[in-house]
Amino acid sequence: MDKGKGVMGSNARRWAVDFSDNSTSPSSRDVPDPPGFSRASIDQDDSTLSRQKKDAESNWKSQKAWEVAQAPFKNLLMMGFMMWMAGSTVHLFSIGITFSALWQPISALQSVGKIFEPYKDSRVELLGPKLLFIALNLGGLALGVWKLNALGLLPTHTSDWVSSLPPAQEVEYSGGGLNLR
Amino acid sequence: MVWESSLPGSKASKSILYIPKNLKADKDDLILVYGKGSLNAVSGVDGEVLWKKDFSGESIEVSHIIQSSDVIYVTGFVDSSKISVYGLNAKNGELLENNHAALPFGTFGELLSVSGDMFVVLDEMRSKIVIVHLRNGEISYNQKHISDLTKDLAGQAVILPSRLPGMFALNINSYVLLIKVTNQGELVLVDKVNNGAAVSDSLSISEDEHAFAFVHYGDNKIHLSVKNVNDWNHDLLKESIVIDHQKGKIDKIFVNNYVRTDRSHGFRALMVMEDHSLLLVQQGEIVWSREDGLASVVDVTTSELPVQKEGVSVAKVEQNLFEWLKGHMLKLKGTLMIASPDDLAAIQALRLRSSEKSKMTRDHNGFRKLLIVLTRAGKVFALHTGDGRVVWSILLPSLHKSEACENPVGLHIYQWQVPHHHALDENPSVLVVGQCGPSLSTPAVLSFIDAYTGMELKSLSPAHTAAQVIPLPHTDSTEQRLHLIIDDKQHAYLYPRTPEAIDILKHEFSNVYWYSVDADNGVIRGHALKSNCIQEAVDEYCFDFRDLWSVVFPSESEKIIATMTRKSNEVVHTQAKVMTDYDVMYKYISKNLLFVANAAPKAAGEIGTVIPEEAWLVIYILDTVTGRILHRMTHHGCQGPVHAVFSENWVVYHYFNLRAHRYEMSVVEIYDQSRADNKDVWRFVLGKHNLTSPVSSYSRPEVIAKSQSYFFTHSVKAIEVTSTAKGITSKQLLIGTIGDQVLALDKRFLDPRRTVNPSQAEKEDGIIPLTDSLPIIPQSYITHALKVEGLRGIVTVPAKLESTSLVFAYGVDLFFTQIAPSRTYDSLTEDFSYALLLLTIVALVAAIFVTWVLSERKDLQDKWR
Repeated sequence: MDKGKGVMGSNARRWAVDFSDNSTSPSSRDVPDPPGFSRASIDQDDSTLSRQKKDAESNWKSQKAWEVAQAPFKNLLMMGFMMWMAGSTVHLFSIGITFSALWQPISALQSVGKIFEPYKDSRVELLGPKLLFIALNLGGLALGVWKLNALGLLPTHTSDWVSSLPPAQEVEYSGGGLNLR
Repeated sequence: MVWESSLPGSKASKSILYIPKNLKADKDDLILVYGKGSLNAVSGVDGEVLWKKDFSGESIEVSHIIQSSDVIYVTGFVDSSKISVYGLNAKNGELLENNHAALPFGTFGELLSVSGDMFVVLDEMRSKIVIVHLRNGEISYNQKHISDLTKDLAGQAVILPSRLPGMFALNINSYVLLIKVTNQGELVLVDKVNNGAAVSDSLSISEDEHAFAFVHYGDNKIHLSVKNVNDWNHDLLKESIVIDHQKGKIDKIFVNNYVRTDRSHGFRALMVMEDHSLLLVQQGEIVWSREDGLASVVDVTTSELPVQKEGVSVAKVEQNLFEWLKGHMLKLKGTLMIASPDDLAAIQALRLRSSEKSKMTRDHNGFRKLLIVLTRAGKVFALHTGDGRVVWSILLPSLHKSEACENPVGLHIYQWQVPHHHALDENPSVLVVGQCGPSLSTPAVLSFIDAYTGMELKSLSPAHTAAQVIPLPHTDSTEQRLHLIIDDKQHAYLYPRTPEAIDILKHEFSNVYWYSVDADNGVIRGHALKSNCIQEAVDEYCFDFRDLWSVVFPSESEKIIATMTRKSNEVVHTQAKVMTDYDVMYKYISKNLLFVANAAPKAAGEIGTVIPEEAWLVIYILDTVTGRILHRMTHHGCQGPVHAVFSENWVVYHYFNLRAHRYEMSVVEIYDQSRADNKDVWRFVLGKHNLTSPVSSYSRPEVIAKSQSYFFTHSVKAIEVTSTAKGITSKQLLIGTIGDQVLALDKRFLDPRRTVNPSQAEKEDGIIPLTDSLPIIPQSYITHALKVEGLRGIVTVPAKLESTSLVFAYGVDLFFTQIAPSRTYDSLTEDFSYALLLLTIVALVAAIFVTWVLSERKDLQDKWR
């Protein structure tokens, strides 16, 4: 919320200091440069500078992307541990854990694009990390489904389908018995 | 109790109790008891049998015991035409003399004692009165034509069984003749009463004054007169009363006297009415009346109450809302324990009122119903389940005695019409089936009664008899249920007699079967509809049967003692039973199953009459369409009586184990093996299975039966099982114990899957470790501390609420309750505090709002920091 905005107003600045100094002259205000400071380093060749910079960035980006792609693995291990802790009987705790184990991969899969958005670059190969990310999340999902089945909440048995079937109708009808008394 | 003695005997006979005056045998007061074919002299001090004379060898029908000083005379008829008298020594029972007198004609009815040694009886033509005189064992008799006494009366005479000194009452047509017998044995007609009804026994009011009461009808009133036996001309009492027409005629009257403040005698009369109700009349008014006919309930059915028709007005709602809030505030106070005693009283009153138990309309939960009971007197009552009051009662006119129908009895009551489509403007009706006498060869009586008003809609007295009534599972367009009534000649008659009913039956013609159990010959036969009857008179509602099969039990080793089938209206929710390992057993659910229990012929009698080696019990489960025996099992050393209940795919029965000297209960569950290979989940996912398609008994599915037996402490009078609307709720057995109580026992205790050491999974499934006897938990008596005296039957009816079953137990007492075998999982209890819930919600909402405001404020402060 933008509270406090109206109090000052965005343009009501009274003073400001600009620390940026882009001048190339050694001393604009007759102050020598500090020792070890070389203005020349900035004055490198523009093209090499930007290429190096971009290389580093893309390296960093792809490294980060791989890191992000591997993140669900830790999650997976933790989930597995939690599931093991929760046991195999149906109660509030185990249901909660199982459903969060199902929900997390699903929500992660839904937002694959968003997660890898910052690392999008024409020179960064994101397919690998994305695939790993998806695979790991699918693994998480499988773990959740497996847990759901272990809890007996999946209709994988005949009994789950038969219990709701009404008894079969009979063709014949028979009545009678002992004589009335 | 000081003493009690039981008198054994072999022959069934009339029971007579005679207490002689001034007769002592060795200082003991004698009590003479005749019963089971022998005369016993019982000591009045300790109940010891002093002497005994057995008459079972003679062919005499003993009717009277008279005493003359030290000689006891026992008299009675031999073959209705020979009077026989035995003189016995009162001290030791020694036979002193035996005299016979053969009458030249047969006699009708019982010998009636008029005075000490004088008796009267009618001859077989019912036109002569025979006066029998026993003077010291000598028999003499004379006779007199009734027409000599009164000229203008003709008809069948009956001697009324009232004991009057020196007099007797004779009923001809509607007249009652009071006839005096002089000491010389002459008959004198004293009075002739038109429309006479009943004459009481005489009552001694002083030294030699005897009074008796008689009633007669006249101008819609009942006139009660009390007269002195010797002084005929003036009445001791004369009163007229009006009695409800539905009570019928007066069957019996008893008088009792009291001394008024002016030292004159006052009388009160107890009247037993035709419908078996009791009335006490004093000073011309009915002091109290009791519907004692309800003690002899024959059959029960239920009916829904009318649907609430009129809309609820706004004012009523507003008032109700205010009342509702007020009531809930009170209840809240009660819950929080801040209610004053006045408030508590108000809460109680409110609960009573708000329970709406006794309203005459259908309720949402289906707890309010009408119990329609047929009593032995031929009266039908509708009882409200809320408070047990009689909503209406009708003494069925069609079950009245008439010339065509001499001793009508009501046998069964069926639901005839249960409107669902037109529930608002049509009333349900019931069918009462009776017959004109105790034997099967007497014609049937059918009566249709409106279940809301108690009016007889119509009655039929068809020419055929009613040996069996089969309600068919079909209804016509007016929702009348089709019934087949089968007579003793094995013809079936279709009701209702409409062409539409015939069309429906014709449509299902080849699928209607019928079986008959002949317990005397040990044969069960199966029949199918064949064609219309071949008779002189064409009756298109009459059908013939052809015999299909018969099961003949070996008569030398087996005798049918009990049969049981499933209730035709039982609802089953599922056909599968899930085992602990997710495996499925398919229940064999068929309405055409019959449980038969056969005992060894020697062991068909009472417990203790045979040794275990001679006793066995063989049980069968039969298919009544094909006659196929699905299961047979022998219990060695066991005998009846067998009480059984059949429900879903199981039968539970109760019998006596002679070896263990204990009662046992067994359960047999039947499973369908032919369906067991339906195990592929994908077929169910895709719906490619035929488990719900109609099945025929002729497909002869392979079945297996599982059974288990347990000891049970009580002997049992009736067993029933709870029934619920959808059949989802687990079942409880309702056991009417010998102590006239109703015990609810979970079906889980009678489960063949019980083992001594169930696994963890089985325990989780609710399987109880196997024990040798069934537990009786005192809290599970649904009758609590009450007794249903003379318990005879239990009826269960489903309520609309799935968890709840309504239970009606009848005997001499009537008992009604609701039970929830798995607790009321689908409703809140009556005293649930809605106000508390509301208060909690309001408090939570307020808390949410307050915390929101607080958090906002904190947020702002944080931003400013």
